[in-house]
Amino acid sequence: MSDLLQYLVAGLSLGSIYALICLGFVIIYRATGVVNFAQGGLVLLGAYLTHQLAGVWHLPFLLAMGIAALVMAGVGLLIERLILRRMVGQPVFASILITLGLLYVLEQICTTIWGYDLVMLGDSWGVRTVTLGALVVKVADLWTLATSAAALLAFFLMFRFTTVGIAMRAAASDPEAALAHGVSPRVVQGVAWAVAGVLAVLAGVFIAAGPRGIDLTVGLVSLRAFPAAILGGLDSTEGAVAGGLTVGLAEVLSAAYITPNAPWLGANVHTVMPYLLMIVVLMVKPYGLFGTAEVRRA
Amino acid sequence: MSAPVNRPTPQSAVPSGVASHALLAVRNLEVVYSDVILVLRGVSLEVRPQSIVALLGANGAGKTTLLRAITGLLTIQRGRCTKGRVEVEGTEVTGSAPPDIVRRGIAQVMEGRRLFAELTVEENLRVGGFTRKAADAKESLGRIFDTFPRLAERRKAIAGYLSGGEQQMVAIGRALMTAPRLLLLDEPSLGLAPKVVEQVRDIIRAVHAAGTSVLLVEQNATMALSVAHYGYVMEHGKIVRDGPSAELADDQDVREFYLGGAVGDTRRSYRDVKTYRRKKRWSA
Repeated sequence: MSDLLQYLVAGLSLGSIYALICLGFVIIYRATGVVNFAQGGLVLLGAYLTHQLAGVWHLPFLLAMGIAALVMAGVGLLIERLILRRMVGQPVFASILITLGLLYVLEQICTTIWGYDLVMLGDSWGVRTVTLGALVVKVADLWTLATSAAALLAFFLMFRFTTVGIAMRAAASDPEAALAHGVSPRVVQGVAWAVAGVLAVLAGVFIAAGPRGIDLTVGLVSLRAFPAAILGGLDSTEGAVAGGLTVGLAEVLSAAYITPNAPWLGANVHTVMPYLLMIVVLMVKPYGLFGTAEVRRA
Repeated sequence: MSAPVNRPTPQSAVPSGVASHALLAVRNLEVVYSDVILVLRGVSLEVRPQSIVALLGANGAGKTTLLRAITGLLTIQRGRCTKGRVEVEGTEVTGSAPPDIVRRGIAQVMEGRRLFAELTVEENLRVGGFTRKAADAKESLGRIFDTFPRLAERRKAIAGYLSGGEQQMVAIGRALMTAPRLLLLDEPSLGLAPKVVEQVRDIIRAVHAAGTSVLLVEQNATMALSVAHYGYVMEHGKIVRDGPSAELADDQDVREFYLGGAVGDTRRSYRDVKTYRRKKRWSA
């Protein structure tokens, strides 16, 4: 029983990291109609930046995270300003390939600066655990859960109540009508990329926290979040959270229960689970669990 | 540049504003879509301060294109002004981006209302105030809820579920969120029941009474001429007739082709009418 609880905490923690990455996909998809493959690159860069600030320059960890988030918001704005703004009105397919290219460019920038070897994030959590009753929980997992919950809440409040958030939903609903009322696609895209940058730092930090460390595989984790976003519905923020948590739980639980009980399936069932789930869900609901069926103009 | 526009002030029947410039002036405007399709062929039109101007014309005459050229929405439809100019209070704004036009005090209600269907009434209105300071937008929101108590009642309702009349109210309210000096209305009576059309007419009168000029694009000429001071008739991308509304409403051709009234006993068929252009005032 306590084992199960343990796995649930670990699964939710992993799931909330996926949810943060998924929201990065979703916000850009809703703002521009583009599937943003570069999000994994942003996650990687965000993690390395935090490593540089906290691990190398020894800034207090939370301060380092804050600075990294600001810098990554700037990086997001820069990408939008220099590259994707020019693609407004062009075929969406071209923009998607551009984000795919950006993924590799960002990876190369990271390896040029930080190399291929594993570096430590420099977080203060390490391998410490706390005991809550029968439960032994990693401190990093608790921080992941708490910070992700706060970030998701902030995200939803922004979209629900701020003028910019409402304008972004309006632009997703009818870009031309939004433009007619002065909501420029530049503002919408810029905000989307900046928010995606901030989300990427959080995700990157929590992936790399504790004994895990940072190397190029941090970016690959984002690719496992991709089926989670599809599963939830690419245009749905609720779907991003639901999909992320579902995939996180499925991964941890299948590693815990399927692998030991069915060794003939091999040791890596959990890495396939996100894709299996995605395939099953898409066969039943082609637009994802929460996605809307209309085809939206870019 | 554009052809000279030397003629008596069109809206002399209207109390003249203090401004020496027209609020909106379109001069000899030519618009081309996708670089090949000529839609506006030298259109000139003026809206004076404190006036309601109707723009009549059949489907495809180019009315909506003219509005797009004014509001800057032409670009995303792959259209371009190739000749002529658009002026707001004497300043040329031809080809400006929509947010700039909105900031100059020109608001629009697009054809088909174009509400953000999954947003609430209040959220729709707030998008209308996007270009303004928070405090100003809030004040406008309060005023709109005073003007349309029905919207205040339904502020949390999802806009897509409202009735057609209520949706038109939201669309007009959303445009009024900028406290505009000129409101452009594209077919506000389209698809509405006759009784609701009357409501829309009353709203237009109230908007005008509150100090906003109106450019009303309509196929429903009866409604448009009943509320407007001055009217233009557009055909095939040209203005073919203009004059005070009363004069247009009495005009035999306008009555026949736009008001649906037969003159005399014999009702002519559309087939017998080549085009209305024989009365055109503006030549290419």
